[in-house]
Amino acid sequence: MVLKKITVAIAGNPNSGKTTIFNMLTGARQHVGNYPGVTVEKKKGLCRYKGYEITFVDLPGTYSLTAYSIEELIARNFIIDEQPDVVVDIVDASNIERNLYLATQLIEMNVPLVLAFNMSDIARQRGMVFDIKQLSILLQSPIVSTVASKGEGKPELLDAVIEIHLRRGQDTVQHTKRINYGDEIETELANIETLICTAEKQLMEKYGSRWLAVKLLEQDSDITEKIKNKEILDAVTASTEHLRGIFGDEPEIIMADRRYGFISGACQETIKTTVESRHSTSDMIDTVVTNRMLGLPIFLALMYLVFLLTFKVGKYPMEGLELFFGWAGRSIAGFWPIDSESWLRSLLVDGVIAGVGGVIVFLPNILLLFFVIALLEDSGYMARAAFVMDRLMHKIGLHGKSFIPMLIGFGCSVPAIIATRILENRRNRLTTIMVIPLMSCGARLTIYMLIIPAFFPEVWRGPMLWLIYLIGIVLAIICIKVLRLTVFKGETIPFVMELPPYRMPTFKSLCIHTWQRGWMYLRKAGTIILAISILLWVASSLPKPDSKSLKGLNSDQARQVSLKYSLVGRLGQAIEPALRPLGFDWKIGTALIGATAAKEVFVSQLAIVYAVGGEDAGEMTLRDKLQANYTPLTGFCIILFCLIYAPCVVTVVMTKQETGSWRWALFQFFGLTVLAYVITLIVYQIGSLFIG
Amino acid sequence: MNSKNSVEKEVRVVNEYEGKIDRLIAMEQKQTRSLSTVRDGETVKIARVEAGRGLNSRLASMGLVPNVQIKVVNNTHPGPFVIIVKGSKMMLGRGMAHKIMVI
Repeated sequence: MVLKKITVAIAGNPNSGKTTIFNMLTGARQHVGNYPGVTVEKKKGLCRYKGYEITFVDLPGTYSLTAYSIEELIARNFIIDEQPDVVVDIVDASNIERNLYLATQLIEMNVPLVLAFNMSDIARQRGMVFDIKQLSILLQSPIVSTVASKGEGKPELLDAVIEIHLRRGQDTVQHTKRINYGDEIETELANIETLICTAEKQLMEKYGSRWLAVKLLEQDSDITEKIKNKEILDAVTASTEHLRGIFGDEPEIIMADRRYGFISGACQETIKTTVESRHSTSDMIDTVVTNRMLGLPIFLALMYLVFLLTFKVGKYPMEGLELFFGWAGRSIAGFWPIDSESWLRSLLVDGVIAGVGGVIVFLPNILLLFFVIALLEDSGYMARAAFVMDRLMHKIGLHGKSFIPMLIGFGCSVPAIIATRILENRRNRLTTIMVIPLMSCGARLTIYMLIIPAFFPEVWRGPMLWLIYLIGIVLAIICIKVLRLTVFKGETIPFVMELPPYRMPTFKSLCIHTWQRGWMYLRKAGTIILAISILLWVASSLPKPDSKSLKGLNSDQARQVSLKYSLVGRLGQAIEPALRPLGFDWKIGTALIGATAAKEVFVSQLAIVYAVGGEDAGEMTLRDKLQANYTPLTGFCIILFCLIYAPCVVTVVMTKQETGSWRWALFQFFGLTVLAYVITLIVYQIGSLFIG
Repeated sequence: MNSKNSVEKEVRVVNEYEGKIDRLIAMEQKQTRSLSTVRDGETVKIARVEAGRGLNSRLASMGLVPNVQIKVVNNTHPGPFVIIVKGSKMMLGRGMAHKIMVI
């Protein structure tokens, strides 16, 4: 049997349980991506039901459908341009009046609409009784009660979707659903509508004249730009002037007020509330976790737990994976005779397995981290964390929530960049992504651990490490300030945020959340990163010096000669003149190039160029060699440069992935490299004056 | 049924106008003050929001329109401002609280 295909868009306020409904409807068959060109998550999922194959698209969570925010515009344009067969609006039934505001806008768009009154169990507990039948007449749309967290209402919702879809097809005369704005505004609307019907036929067919008129009167920038006819624009200006005169306020505010009037009118007749105690338990938790004295310590303690869980617990499966890839490398290498010079063996072992392994070993960390973050998000704590951190973060021009990805950045930039998905605002999200590499990640710690003991006495080691982390944080703050004033200029988003009541997250939705982000990391990053690690392998092993020059050398010396002869080695030598003013030679240059694959590679590359070989005994000797070759000032400059310069390949790919364009990834890559160069140059040059 | 509806509608209209008159009188007598001066636990009504159109409309979409009742939950310096509007808890930046005028 051929399945009939329909598309359903899911709209709703943030915190209305939209994602839970989406998960209930589609299960794990979901596809996560971004809306083209923007950093806004787009989720699609499939559901088969009664001969239909229904594609659900999860629209961004919004309170309204204005042109003021990118998320609202995306949701609105999706409905207009893609023309989904049905739109389902998820309404938090326990918070009905505020949630219906979005519904009024959808009603006005005249789309085939189904309202899902979610969390109807909580509403019932609060003593709310709905006259669903009457309310659905008033709202001109069918209503289905659901409890997504318990999976209740799924067949009813799907039935309603199909029924509305069928009814839409049968309707010969489509009546326009509308909200009455009162005589004064209605007169102006009718006037504008008449003009639209004669002068802007094309737009009228696409958007509907009533909706266009409403949007024009609200002075919606996106729609106003589309109108070419001057007569209409003049009429709109006249109307807004006129209404401003009557009401002493902007028409859009009066219209918002009328929509709420319409909602409270509809609710008054159909909803009986017996008790008024929405926030009892939540309030109690809030007095503790947002307390002035306790809030910050509690938040920091929770974040410490997140860290502990991610990096300490994640260490064991990570080590297991490392062992596995080590074993796999040796087993494959075993097919060739010992000391074989086969390039295929080297490609498979040092390129493919090392590359794939390098990506997959992070997976346990990433899964654990996202499980905990999903837990914080779904339970409602994340909003409180933003509340607690807001004062600090606001001073540097970011949202309180930005703190979380930045903190994760101290572990690894890759999950940190994925974690910026918790930020709703695109400008905020981009700024945060750009500076995340300045949070000194775990891989860079390996470099510090090599360099610092080599150049600094015992007592200075701790403060030195602290200093380097601090420099990263200070630079991040400066960069945020600069970015907010230049590239991401614009009105700082007004800070209004809902503090949703605490909820028990469902295990299923936590798992879906975690798996989605983990899978995305594996699939998208995995392919590109694999390609790049092979490329880097090629660059650091080809061209090969001829066998004569390797004669009589032990294996460590042979590796040194080969690396120097290879593309990476040559590149390192080529950029030496540029690195001289920083106090670096070609050996450091070569290691720095290699370290773009992964920062910790710096150490192994340096070991190769100094021909110190084996990792266990080698580190001491490597330190000795460094000490003999460089001054402490150069040592400091190395860690400073490593802290700031180009993020590793995985980070670059993730940035591209999450921002939707190579532009931002390259901006980050080169911006940070230039920054590193300039700062290290200044430090080295000034330092040389004093130290000589 | 019909007559009941129309009566209710009229009551609503009258209420609305009364609210508007309240606001006008209050504004006339300069009784409005900024939300940031309201103490914890007090309930007030919004008179107007002194901000640009974008901000105004965003606030409106979250339920912050003239005449609506808001309860201040947390107004302790320093830190964000917490209010309850139409049954949901919301946090405002301090700058925002300055821009909202209430009766």
